[in-house]
Amino acid sequence: MLAFTIRRLFEAAIVMLTVALLAFVLFRFVGDPINQMVGQDTSIAEREELRERLGLNDPVLVQFGRFIWNAARYDFGISYQVKRPVTSLIAERFPATFELAITAALFAILLGIPMGVYTGIHRDSWLSKLFLSVSLVGISLPTFLIGILLIYVFAVQLGVLPSFGRGEVVKIGGWTTGLLTASGLKALILPAITLGLFQMTLVTRLVRSQMLEVLRTDYIKFARARGLSDRAVNFGHALKNTLIPVITIIGLQLGAIIAFAIITETVFQWPGMGLMFIQAVQNADIPVMSAYLLLVAFLFVLINLIVDLLYVWIDPRVRIYGREA
Amino acid sequence: MSTEEQRLPVIDTPRAPAARRGAVARFFDSDLWYSFRSSRLVIVAAAITLLIVGAALLSPIIAPHDPYDLRALNLMDSDLPPAWVKGGDPRFLLGTDDQGRDILSTILYGTRSSIAISVLAVLLAIGIGVSLGLVAGYFGGIVDTIIMRIADVKLTFPAILVALLINGIAQTLFRGRLGGAEFWILVLSIGLSFWVQYARTVRGMTLVEKNKEYVQAARLIGMSRTAIMFKHVLPNVLSPVLVIGTINLALAIITEATLSFLGVGLPPTEPSLGTMIQIGNKYLFSGSWWMVAFPGITLAVLVLAVNLLGDWLRDALNPKLR
Repeated sequence: MLAFTIRRLFEAAIVMLTVALLAFVLFRFVGDPINQMVGQDTSIAEREELRERLGLNDPVLVQFGRFIWNAARYDFGISYQVKRPVTSLIAERFPATFELAITAALFAILLGIPMGVYTGIHRDSWLSKLFLSVSLVGISLPTFLIGILLIYVFAVQLGVLPSFGRGEVVKIGGWTTGLLTASGLKALILPAITLGLFQMTLVTRLVRSQMLEVLRTDYIKFARARGLSDRAVNFGHALKNTLIPVITIIGLQLGAIIAFAIITETVFQWPGMGLMFIQAVQNADIPVMSAYLLLVAFLFVLINLIVDLLYVWIDPRVRIYGREA
Repeated sequence: MSTEEQRLPVIDTPRAPAARRGAVARFFDSDLWYSFRSSRLVIVAAAITLLIVGAALLSPIIAPHDPYDLRALNLMDSDLPPAWVKGGDPRFLLGTDDQGRDILSTILYGTRSSIAISVLAVLLAIGIGVSLGLVAGYFGGIVDTIIMRIADVKLTFPAILVALLINGIAQTLFRGRLGGAEFWILVLSIGLSFWVQYARTVRGMTLVEKNKEYVQAARLIGMSRTAIMFKHVLPNVLSPVLVIGTINLALAIITEATLSFLGVGLPPTEPSLGTMIQIGNKYLFSGSWWMVAFPGITLAVLVLAVNLLGDWLRDALNPKLR
């Protein structure tokens, strides 16, 4: 277990270094940072001085070291576009994305697992077929179309839910939350459904196929032979054994939710990190882009690591394999 | 030696006539064709796909207007509802957008660019993924480790994010000097974000295939490794590539539309389903639903049909994959 953990940590570090290198190259070589910072009428001498002061004339390796050192201390420089430290921008935007992602994930799990179990047990009922057709449509409809459809129905036609922004937010320390006000909760509904729908269909299909597989095994037949109730067999035995891969996939999908939040946030003008990233891409705001890249990579690597370790912890078979390898 | 061989009498085995019937006849005799014929849903999906792709390819001929022709546009015609709604104009069957472009024609042209980008991107992904997978699986060792590690890192990030990133970098690099290169940047960014699946699948299958007798035989007669890889191993690992390719095509169409919708894909002057929906989205609150609805429906139906075809192909080619 320890060796496995160390190896995984080492791999995670390598991934992070690779991404950091990418972010650095982006930061340093895509477009001239000096040109982005100064106005048209700055003289060449002044430019040279700024270049020297920012250390852009140092050897590239030194610059890379400094970039990593700064990133490790959570310092990503100053945004070209809004002329403020990138970290304070991120601190402002992070709570919005976090609340949206968690709500969407809960929506996906709380609806997806029951739907998956139902379609797995009652294979041929019309309700299962309905669930599966809906899930196929959910996979085929792009996220932004679902968002636009929801906006058209609930905001334009019915006028019951807001179509953009977070509503009223409450500030608690450095964290802004929309979960404590009625308008904040109302504003969360449509974006969370938009973001969670694809994940929900994924969970449904996964739980269904796992249930189908597990229900075919001998220990389920044996449990039935022992005269256990359907309920005990389906939930106590079958569902429990389907959950390991489901936990893995849901964990990994958290990363996808953060990535897809970019689209949802654009559709709903949700003031989160995804919207910040898209605006940075459109304005060539490189410091924001590279900071977002590093942060998201860090989140992904962290989630992957936790899922891997959890997996070993839950499933003894992986533990043995891990020891051998 | 070869002349000796030619003089030998040709033995007509019972199998020979069947082989002589040609590829077309054999196709109609295959399990694949049978499973296609026996599912009504798949036939409908194939028909819809063919219809949309055909209409898109023929767009310069069948489209009633040319959305690229700026002179033909008239701002007086802008924001017209579909012809059957009150205030509609019979010249514009599905209405017009904010610049007075005919929605139907723009959808036809837009679908053409969407499909072209997606197909090219998937082909690029297949090219990269299959070659890397073959090399990794066949050579093994350090090459394998490096390629698969890169694949692992790439797999950590969702395709849409990678595509967005590559697109962002390219847009920044060529700021203001793109001049029509957006099309190829899209192909590149989508293609580069999809290759991993092919590489992993092909590598896994190559590992199995390379120990089979026909590969050993080919090695014995002194064929080069490249020739064995591409002439012998490749054809035997292609069927899952075809399946993943079809499913990926649907994903690529979605990704292209998403990128264009986010404003980092094709420019608004260049019609694509994504840019049309982006423009229409701005007018949703003023009640101009047709600007979003028709391109949106086209996109959804196209993706659904391609997805159904992909599902069918997966089940038909390899029941075990189910």
